[in-house]
Amino acid sequence: MPTLTIREALNQAIREEIIRDERVFIMGEEVAAYDGAYKVTRGLLHDFGDKRVIDTPITELGFAGLGVGAAMVGLRPIVEFMTFNFSILATDQIINSAAKMLYMSGGQFNVPIVFRGPGGSAFQVSSQHSQALESWYAYFPGLKVVMPSTPADAKGLLKSAIRDDDPVVFIEQERMYGNKGEVPDDPDFTIPLGVADVKREGTDCTIVARSLMVPVALKAAEQLQEQGVSCEVIDPRTIRPLDIDTIIESVKKTNRVVLAEESHPICSVNAEISHEIMQFAFDYLDAPVKRVSGADVPMPYAKNLEQAAVPDVEKIIAAVREVAYLD
Amino acid sequence: MASKVIMPKLSPTMEEGQIARWLKKEGDKVSMGEPLAEIDTDKATMEMQALANGVLRKILINEGESAPLGQLIAVIGDPGEDIASVLSEAAAPKPAAAPAPKAASEPAPKPAEEPPPPPSPSPAVATNGRKAGTTDSGRMIVSPLAARMAAHSGLDLRSIQGSGPNGRIIKRDIEAVLSKPKAATVAVGTPSGYRDEPATQIRQTIAKRLVTSIGPVPHFFLTVDIEMDRAAEMRQNIKALDPDLKISVNDIIIKCAAVALIQHPQVNASFQEKFIRYYEHADIGVAVAIDDGLITPVIRGADQKSLSQIAGEVRELAERARGKKLKPEEYTGATFSISNLGMFGIDEFTAVINPPEGAILAVGAMTAKPVVRDNEVVVRQMMRVTMSCDHRVIDGATGAKFLQTFKKILENPLYLVV
Repeated sequence: MPTLTIREALNQAIREEIIRDERVFIMGEEVAAYDGAYKVTRGLLHDFGDKRVIDTPITELGFAGLGVGAAMVGLRPIVEFMTFNFSILATDQIINSAAKMLYMSGGQFNVPIVFRGPGGSAFQVSSQHSQALESWYAYFPGLKVVMPSTPADAKGLLKSAIRDDDPVVFIEQERMYGNKGEVPDDPDFTIPLGVADVKREGTDCTIVARSLMVPVALKAAEQLQEQGVSCEVIDPRTIRPLDIDTIIESVKKTNRVVLAEESHPICSVNAEISHEIMQFAFDYLDAPVKRVSGADVPMPYAKNLEQAAVPDVEKIIAAVREVAYLD
Repeated sequence: MASKVIMPKLSPTMEEGQIARWLKKEGDKVSMGEPLAEIDTDKATMEMQALANGVLRKILINEGESAPLGQLIAVIGDPGEDIASVLSEAAAPKPAAAPAPKAASEPAPKPAEEPPPPPSPSPAVATNGRKAGTTDSGRMIVSPLAARMAAHSGLDLRSIQGSGPNGRIIKRDIEAVLSKPKAATVAVGTPSGYRDEPATQIRQTIAKRLVTSIGPVPHFFLTVDIEMDRAAEMRQNIKALDPDLKISVNDIIIKCAAVALIQHPQVNASFQEKFIRYYEHADIGVAVAIDDGLITPVIRGADQKSLSQIAGEVRELAERARGKKLKPEEYTGATFSISNLGMFGIDEFTAVINPPEGAILAVGAMTAKPVVRDNEVVVRQMMRVTMSCDHRVIDGATGAKFLQTFKKILENPLYLVV
């Protein structure tokens, strides 16, 4: 199996789907002539031309709306936000048009669109450019929300998202574009939405992590193993629909949970997962569910403060040791 | 910081405790969970554990003296720490609302050593031997998983010390108890399940009338003679089979009563004012004479146990009863009791019901007697039993039918296997 970066895996997914289905096209700021701000669309304009790979003006609300309209009349647009921070400008189209169209049209108009781009923290780009917005989008019925953590997942999930008949918010992680991993090159390789992945098996504590927190949790689990604590790391991969069953099954085995995420703690995805664990696995918990979240402040610019604001290996280890009653 | 050691509640009915023995003396180092003293309760001699780390600074109640629940009996602190304030608090005058200590029968204690209970010592928590953090609300702190594991294994959470934050009982505490050698817990089983059915008006009226006439538990008595030849023969046969299998006639009686109770659930029942509780299993209390009274250790689920299991448990429980080593859950919560005075040569007697049980069976001696069989006088081993019934829940005919079944099984113990 070839080893690719997440950036390359995403590029491969878009490329394969453009070839596979003539209705698929991608548009966004700098996606064509500049090969994408993060080079995810490298070579696509050259290979497929400007009908399939389209540069847009800096008008997120405008081109998001253009995408929704195209999807309603039968195309399958991929709308790239240079970062998800800029999707904030397009939320009216994402939430009020894309998410609700099928419902409000009485089932007449599917909106098969993918909104994708990087989210979460980056390196010293400060408050307005370092935001985890997944809980916003996961809040709305009608949207699917996907967050990959490996190159293979990125490819398989993006292909499923493009083929899906509903709007999918596909949030990548800016710090992870260069992460490498083996990726199947079979053009029919996909990963179904709504299925969690057990990234590491263990018996003493479940760590639920997504996106950037997956490699961090895996590193924590490795160090905890040396301390005699066996952790199971679960990556939901899709936030909505959430595969709570896989999480519950794991909690029933380990009896302890740590939920890690980059988001602010209040009203986050893990606040919801915590509730569902309480509801479905209450009798199996030996300790309260413990969350490790980003700091409840706008992302600081200063490097040391930025590091302190994002969950790291040490914070996850401390949380696991707490729920395992080791300290 | 000095910690108060108070008289803990070590049995469900305990009101005061007597210090049998201090296991530490003043100046000794103590750590949390370490045995501090042995305390005689109304039922047994129990170990009291230290709930703090430090040095046993002061003993306020000497061996042989008693103290009511919640009273300060010792102080644990750091060496050299000033404990005067703790001691003076102990000597402070009694609040009006405090329950009067039951000390009438005890030697009059010196005033300084008979202080009121501390402001809010929760007896329930004192029982649990838990850290100070949990004592304020008196609530037990248990993780949901640990609670479920304990229920599943029939463990009494009150007997378990939590090792989590605030003394929370967690999985590893339950696992620790479960992994301990079974020797001491052989007789502990899960108390019988039960169903409650509302007491009908007529039942409530009967109950009211009878209580007015005869006392809170209106007894009546049913007596029957039982031919014991076959039961005695069975016992001999078992002995011949394996000399190590020591089954007594009383063990056979327990087993037959348990089997008969399952066939007559109306007798395996308890009157609870507004409803009647019917038990699913026969948890048989077996009266055991001890030096200064009697106690009834319980054979849980006797209907489901083999004769050898019953025999082993009775022997083991009786032995510990005589040593005053029974735990509260081992002598409470029977659904029916048996008292046997046959070994004292008593032919016939009536026993007093132990509420809330519905009945007790008084068993007399087995003696050879002339009886008429097929118009001929023959010699048979006869035994007379008298059942005391709580008339609020058991009527004459109900009790009689039970005794009929009991007699039938005991006279033909093969019924136990068919």
